[in-house]
Amino acid sequence: MKKVITVKICLGTTCFVMGAAKLQEKLKSVLEKYGDSVDVKPVNCLNICANTDTQYAKAPYVMVDNDIISEATVEKIINKIEKGY
Amino acid sequence: MKTLNQASKLKKEVLIRLVQAFLTDNFEQKINDIPFDMRPKGSEIPFRCCIYKEREIIRERVIAGLGFEVGQDDEKTLLSEYAKKTIERENFKPSTMMTVLDTACTACSHSKIVVTELCKGCIAKACQSACKFNAIQIIDKKTVIDNSKCKKCKMCISACPYNAIAKISAPCEDVCPVDAIGKDEKGITKINFDKCILCGKCIASCPFAAVHERSQIIDILKEIKNKKKVIAMVAPAIVGQFPGTFFQLKSAIKQIGFYDVVEVAQGADVTIQNEAKEFEHKMNSGQPFMTSSCCAGYLRLVENTLPDLKPFVSDTKTPLYYTAEIVKEKYPDCVAVFISPCISKKYESCKNDKVNYALNFEELGAIFVAKQIDVLNCQPDTDNNENITPHARKFPIAGGVFKAVSNSVKNIEAKPVIINNLDKKNIALLSSFAKNKKCPTGNLVEVMCCQGGCINGNATISTTNSAIKKIEELVSKDESENS
Repeated sequence: MKKVITVKICLGTTCFVMGAAKLQEKLKSVLEKYGDSVDVKPVNCLNICANTDTQYAKAPYVMVDNDIISEATVEKIINKIEKGY
Repeated sequence: MKTLNQASKLKKEVLIRLVQAFLTDNFEQKINDIPFDMRPKGSEIPFRCCIYKEREIIRERVIAGLGFEVGQDDEKTLLSEYAKKTIERENFKPSTMMTVLDTACTACSHSKIVVTELCKGCIAKACQSACKFNAIQIIDKKTVIDNSKCKKCKMCISACPYNAIAKISAPCEDVCPVDAIGKDEKGITKINFDKCILCGKCIASCPFAAVHERSQIIDILKEIKNKKKVIAMVAPAIVGQFPGTFFQLKSAIKQIGFYDVVEVAQGADVTIQNEAKEFEHKMNSGQPFMTSSCCAGYLRLVENTLPDLKPFVSDTKTPLYYTAEIVKEKYPDCVAVFISPCISKKYESCKNDKVNYALNFEELGAIFVAKQIDVLNCQPDTDNNENITPHARKFPIAGGVFKAVSNSVKNIEAKPVIINNLDKKNIALLSSFAKNKKCPTGNLVEVMCCQGGCINGNATISTTNSAIKKIEELVSKDESENS
């Protein structure tokens, strides 16, 4: 069976305000083509920005399996899924 | 409203830093540091020619964030001096709602159609036959456009088989529906506020984020810090703009230090009843049609450009007006702050004596980030639920005003005309209603400046789809509790 890639979109208030709100909707439609092999999950705060007081500037954060993507965009996430970087 | 992600993010980052600086014990020093903290020595230069220009533009963004007019800045006044003035002033309301950052504006040239050197001077001359305005001549076998005749319809661009014709764009000028954007002698954008309807499109469309709102964010936080009774009056469009439920959001707003959170939807219920009565009365007395009056951008358009439409605009006050009356009666000594989806409503707040300040959704978001308040972690606040009708909750969705008002009209058939998005085409349509003193397609005209309604205002955070979904959820929750 093919491995399922999990895409977690942080919907903590910081990520939400810094762009995740719009990103989540775009991602849902763009990642549809992968069917069951990519699982998109909006999640509560991943706590990445909480560690320092200026990390919000790199929001929104998305996790593709175990890798953190900062300043996440649709392009960055697709690259990660397809090419692994 | 379609915004450019990175550009709007940069503005938000500056606001967050500004709030963070205010929250420290040393606002004046910290504010001077913002340009250097954002572009420290040796850091990457992401956008401009050099680090000094990057810092200067950030400095100007901070000045706008403090509510000042950047055009009047002399470049030598320290941010700390601006901060001091901000702290000292009282009851600040900006004279103009927006300010253009001279240094950030790259002086894009006026929008026009140009023929590039790819033009081969062909026999077909498809460009010339495509032009309906007789603006294309052939000089020395090549195409030449007469700019005095050209209407920028772009028909020649699609007609040319060599892709030889292009449009030069000034994005702010292209999106402005009322031609309020001009250029000074250096090419820097100047907004003509006598024409501007405050639709916010230029703010959202500038790829260099050079158009800023003049914010009252620090004035509001100052009132909270001084232990004033600061009341947040939240626009109904706020539902769905933040994660979590609306009741969690109310509690998050109180965590900032607001004394109470009052829903402007309450005032919308008053507007609905008054407007329905007014509509019946006016139709019975022979008036051909009536338009809504809740959108501040539309009212500006009528005032500035379409005075002939004025007699057909409803005299009913806006939801914000009624809500401010309710709030000032309940808390006579309060500082009333409107939490707004857009810049035109900020203008309305400035003009209303009962509204002290306005804050938009992005600015509210910046405060949450700076204070590290996560809405998802807040306990739901279900205090003083005001029995808001589903119609009032759906007021900010295009078509919502018509549905609400027509539902309360008893003896007359209300026929809808829904105009959302005040672009040139819709403005021409409204102008024809005014000129002919009739509206051929209906009698109750709902006008909203933004496409999709207030849920797509220039300072909204979510998409319209997810906002509609959240509003529907809240309405069905209300209904299940009341049944």
